[in-house]
Amino acid sequence: MLAGVCGGISLAAGIDVTLVRIGFVLLSLGSGVGVLVYALAWLLLPLQGETTTIFSRAVTDRRGIRLVIAIIPALVVVQIVAAALHIGYLGSFSWPVFLAAGGAILIRRNASEAERVWINDDLIPMLHTGADRHTRRTLIVRVALGIVLGVGGLLVLMLGHPSSAALRPVGGALLVIAAIVVVFGPWWLSLVRDLMSERQARAMAEERSQMAAHVHDSVLQTLALIQRSADDPQHVVRLARAQERELRSWLFEGRPPGTVGEEAKTLAEGIGLIQRLIEADHGIAVHVVVVGDCELTDGLRALLDASREAIVNAAKWSGAGQVSVYAEVERDAVMLYVRDRGQGFDPEAVPEDRQGIAQSIRARMTRFGGSVVIRSSVGEGAEVELSMPRRELVT
Amino acid sequence: MSELGRPRIFLVDDHAMFRSGVRAELGDAVDVIGEAEDVASAIELVNERVPDVVLLDVHLPGGGGQAVLHGVMPHHPEVQFLALSVSDAPEDVIAVIRAGARGYVTKTISGEELLRAVYRVGAGDAVFSPRLAGFVLDAFAGGAGGPEPPAGLDPDLDQLSPREREVLRLIARGYTYKEVARDLTISPKTVESHVSAVLRKLQLSTRHELAKWANDRRLV
Repeated sequence: MLAGVCGGISLAAGIDVTLVRIGFVLLSLGSGVGVLVYALAWLLLPLQGETTTIFSRAVTDRRGIRLVIAIIPALVVVQIVAAALHIGYLGSFSWPVFLAAGGAILIRRNASEAERVWINDDLIPMLHTGADRHTRRTLIVRVALGIVLGVGGLLVLMLGHPSSAALRPVGGALLVIAAIVVVFGPWWLSLVRDLMSERQARAMAEERSQMAAHVHDSVLQTLALIQRSADDPQHVVRLARAQERELRSWLFEGRPPGTVGEEAKTLAEGIGLIQRLIEADHGIAVHVVVVGDCELTDGLRALLDASREAIVNAAKWSGAGQVSVYAEVERDAVMLYVRDRGQGFDPEAVPEDRQGIAQSIRARMTRFGGSVVIRSSVGEGAEVELSMPRRELVT
Repeated sequence: MSELGRPRIFLVDDHAMFRSGVRAELGDAVDVIGEAEDVASAIELVNERVPDVVLLDVHLPGGGGQAVLHGVMPHHPEVQFLALSVSDAPEDVIAVIRAGARGYVTKTISGEELLRAVYRVGAGDAVFSPRLAGFVLDAFAGGAGGPEPPAGLDPDLDQLSPREREVLRLIARGYTYKEVARDLTISPKTVESHVSAVLRKLQLSTRHELAKWANDRRLV
């Protein structure tokens, strides 16, 4: 029922499994030998279809054994403290705890896959006694244990062993501290866990939005370009290849596409790089004027990515033959303007499927405390104003 | 100007291809009265024919465009120079402006825009490309945003007024003079006077950055 030991024995010996189980239960009730035999059998008998046992695997598990050996210094410390404080029971108690912990580590590392799942899912949570399951019962147990420890501590404080009168307060205090930890520990743990999972969720949401921005930048742009040059097979192949390369380097090397921060070190270099890339890809002239220069920060990389998006947008939709880019490094912020003299548009009426501006530019900028202003009207061209503070906001 | 209102133009460039290209682009709107391909012949012919506007290549063998300016300005201050360059390097541009050119444009400029620039320079106004506006803002950093200007500078010559700075910023952003005027709700004439004032400062200021740029100028 637990680890399938009874079933295994009945299979091997040809006895009904129920009889074997009754035998074990009787043995266990009698003297507890049954439990020990059962546990040993679990460790020493191979699982059906396997040739090795948990025990044989544990003996050869060098890393596991090293892990167990690593606990020895802790054991030594406990022994020394126990000897110094004359707390004999602590010294003798630490041995079985150490052996049990070492054994548990080895068993967990070398259990079969299914057994490990069972251990992880059903046994480990018992140690946590978190807020999830059995809350009521574990709370009672914990409080009871806390009371016992606390009362014990107080008793030691008051009575103690006559020979260690001076050290009595220490032992008592330790027990009281242990009581507090037992009662409140799980609550602290669950607080920390909640905090961590919350942070994880936030990181994931951010990751998703960044991913959406990247996919929009690179893949959707390329697809649009491919559709436009459907009558030029060579160009299509070139675009597809470039996109493939970019996507691969992003997926397998972790280098995000559309970022210019990798190759460029300063703002002016980055803008120059964007200029060359866009002029090559889109056949539009990009006139760049940069006043001042500074090292790239994460915020300024985001600014560059956003500006690239804005220029590509102008190249694709404005119909103009050239785009003017002006960047100025001020004391507290970097301003960047992307201007075209194309057909212009009504910023209030950008269709949903052209999410470039909304998603990519705005999300990139606001993530680092920057801002975006878009000025355009039909027939008047368009200008995108990007502003990024130079000192990154501390979040 | 000739009596027909067509400015008389002189081309100085060592590339024959470029000269003929400019001729073709400007067409009948101007009167091209001569060409030169090096510094010596340019000085001689310009002093002799006294055109309204000289289109001057910055990278000219035998001393660069500024050598032509030094050879003509003392004799014929009425001749206006519009500098053209492929390089866009600040030291080239600043050097030729400080030597006396009234404006600067890149060679990638369209024929229509070049014509407008020629007319403007011919009328004694300054022509600032976005690029040049950017250089000037860079060189005159200080006041709004940048570091404090060094002490001992003449504020009339060595600092831009906030209004001039605004005008230059808009030009750098790609605005035409007309758009600048509309954006700042001033008249185009006022924009012109701001730009001319900036040009004067550019030529006369002793700011370290400008002097350095002019000195660093590579001679081609």
